Amino acid sequence: MDLKLRIKMFRDMYTIRVFEEKVRVLAMQNKLPGFFHLYVGEEAIAVGVCSALNKDDYITSTHRGHGHLIAKGGDINKAMAELYGKATGYNKGKGGSMHIAAPELGILGTNGIVGGGIPIATGAALSAKYKKDGRVAVAFFGDGASNQGTFHEAINIGAAFNLPVIYVCENNLYGVSTRQTTVRKVEDIAVRAQAYGIPGVIVDGTDPDEVYKVAKEAVDRARRGEGPTLIECKTYKHHTHFVGDTDSYMNKEELEAWKKKDPIAVYPKRLIEEGIIDEDGINQIKKEVEEAIEKAIEFSENSPDPRPESALEDVYAD
Amino acid sequence: MSRMSYSKALGTAIAEEMRRDENVLCIGLDLAYYGGAFGVTRGLAEEFGTDRIMNMPISEAGYTGLAVGAAATGLRPVVELQFGDWVTIASDQLVNQAANMRYMFGGTLSIPMVMRLPCGGGGSAGAQHSHMFESWFSFVAGLKVAAPSTPADAKGLLKTAIRDNNPVIFFEHRQCYQLQGEVPDDPEYLIPFGKADIKREGKDITIVTYSYMVHMALEAAKILEKDGISAEIIDLRTIKPLDTDTIINSVKKTNRVLCLQETWLTCSVASEVAAIISEQAFDYLDAPVKRFGSPDCPVPFAPVLENYVLPNTDKIVRAVKEMF
Repeated sequence: MDLKLRIKMFRDMYTIRVFEEKVRVLAMQNKLPGFFHLYVGEEAIAVGVCSALNKDDYITSTHRGHGHLIAKGGDINKAMAELYGKATGYNKGKGGSMHIAAPELGILGTNGIVGGGIPIATGAALSAKYKKDGRVAVAFFGDGASNQGTFHEAINIGAAFNLPVIYVCENNLYGVSTRQTTVRKVEDIAVRAQAYGIPGVIVDGTDPDEVYKVAKEAVDRARRGEGPTLIECKTYKHHTHFVGDTDSYMNKEELEAWKKKDPIAVYPKRLIEEGIIDEDGINQIKKEVEEAIEKAIEFSENSPDPRPESALEDVYAD
Repeated sequence: MSRMSYSKALGTAIAEEMRRDENVLCIGLDLAYYGGAFGVTRGLAEEFGTDRIMNMPISEAGYTGLAVGAAATGLRPVVELQFGDWVTIASDQLVNQAANMRYMFGGTLSIPMVMRLPCGGGGSAGAQHSHMFESWFSFVAGLKVAAPSTPADAKGLLKTAIRDNNPVIFFEHRQCYQLQGEVPDDPEYLIPFGKADIKREGKDITIVTYSYMVHMALEAAKILEKDGISAEIIDLRTIKPLDTDTIINSVKKTNRVLCLQETWLTCSVASEVAAIISEQAFDYLDAPVKRFGSPDCPVPFAPVLENYVLPNTDKIVRAVKEMF
């Protein structure tokens, strides 16, 4: 694997981590309106998958979507400003955390509806196949979404028409507070791929190298016209369902066990051990990222609010 | 001009737009070869192939969402549901996704898609194959809603819908498919949205309606004429956007108005039109605005029951006469 790419993967994961931890603090201080679902602990998935994509490939994201946006190349100033509800945000303050899109980066939106993005990514893959432009689409979704009808319907369509789409399930074991295996008979979601006649792969969602490897294989397969792959990434969220939520349902021992696999702690050690970068190099990246996030906050706080009457714009296209 | 059915006019509109723009494609059940449930796409797969006339699995949410994603990335999908009643299954993709996406994303993308819904009562199809949900979708900001009554309007409005850069919900009444009429051959025959058509001029009462009820109203007008009542029939053609000017101007002339639709009146298109008239033309009214449609019960199966529930010419005549 390309060494620069691995270093970039650390940088992107760390950017997501710091971004999310800052969002948590800002939200608790009531500096941000609305509510936020953080990607802390799951960074290796978005980064591993998006590192296998081209800039013009498509993704659809979820309510826990800031990580996908950043990993796909999103501008953190515009991302943060959108969370602040500012005119300089990605979507002029109209979308917020759960509805950010950046079509110029192939990002077709984070999505407030669980499972809502799966058919949309499949449709983007249909466009790519129809136009023969070589693009692929990735649908990111959670374990809960795999029980939605859209999961079944869209993957069946993607498979039936050999569309260049990769279905990436981020299985963090819980839907809000409900342990998903208490509402699902099977332990692994990847086994469901068999029902659609496509490969189903399980990967450690805390290991960006492993995620990249399976994503790359699925992306190559999709580009060759061989159809979809379902990738199940085993992961765990470090915080509650949303910022400010009770943590009464969280299993502390389970959380501590998963934190030992925290990619932000584990991955730089691996890079150092393999001689790819040294401690100073890691610290330098951390410093740069932290400064960039501070600047994004400053940018957002100094940005103008949207004009109130702009609420009525963008309802219809001309 | 060519004489053709409403169904053929719709198929002609689709074919012309597919020839004009290679990004237009059709998605739905049994569209290729079978021609869709009502024959609208018959013959199109032979010309355009099954990459553009796509047969889908029975997955309304799945293939509607497929169309949303395709539209967001540069295609112009025309989706057919076998029966419009089943739009309930696809509604999240239309209401939470398609209608909102342009807005939520600050105008950075658009969703140019058409959702064709064969709909309406008649023929003992029962409660899951007879309803029309035009009032629901007209409620939703971000959607447009069309409901043509004649073959010419069907062609002109569907072509406009396909070229529109927004999601359009297109209601095709099942009782209209076999109606014959003169249809312009011009491949640029486009009917703008938000322009109602006065299907019959009159001076004593305005009947505001759309879709199949236009034909019932026209029949009723002939009967009323014999009794000395001259009815003006406004065919809205598109419900969203709504041509308020044509409605108000007509009411100012006739001073009486019946808001007619096939479906339930509670929170309906007829209710909306009545409200607009009361806001904008109250002083011109010589009688209270009247709404006429179906009572709040599902469309039943037995012909005697279905006839009791659905509006028809005789009932419209009676409703109008009560206003004088």
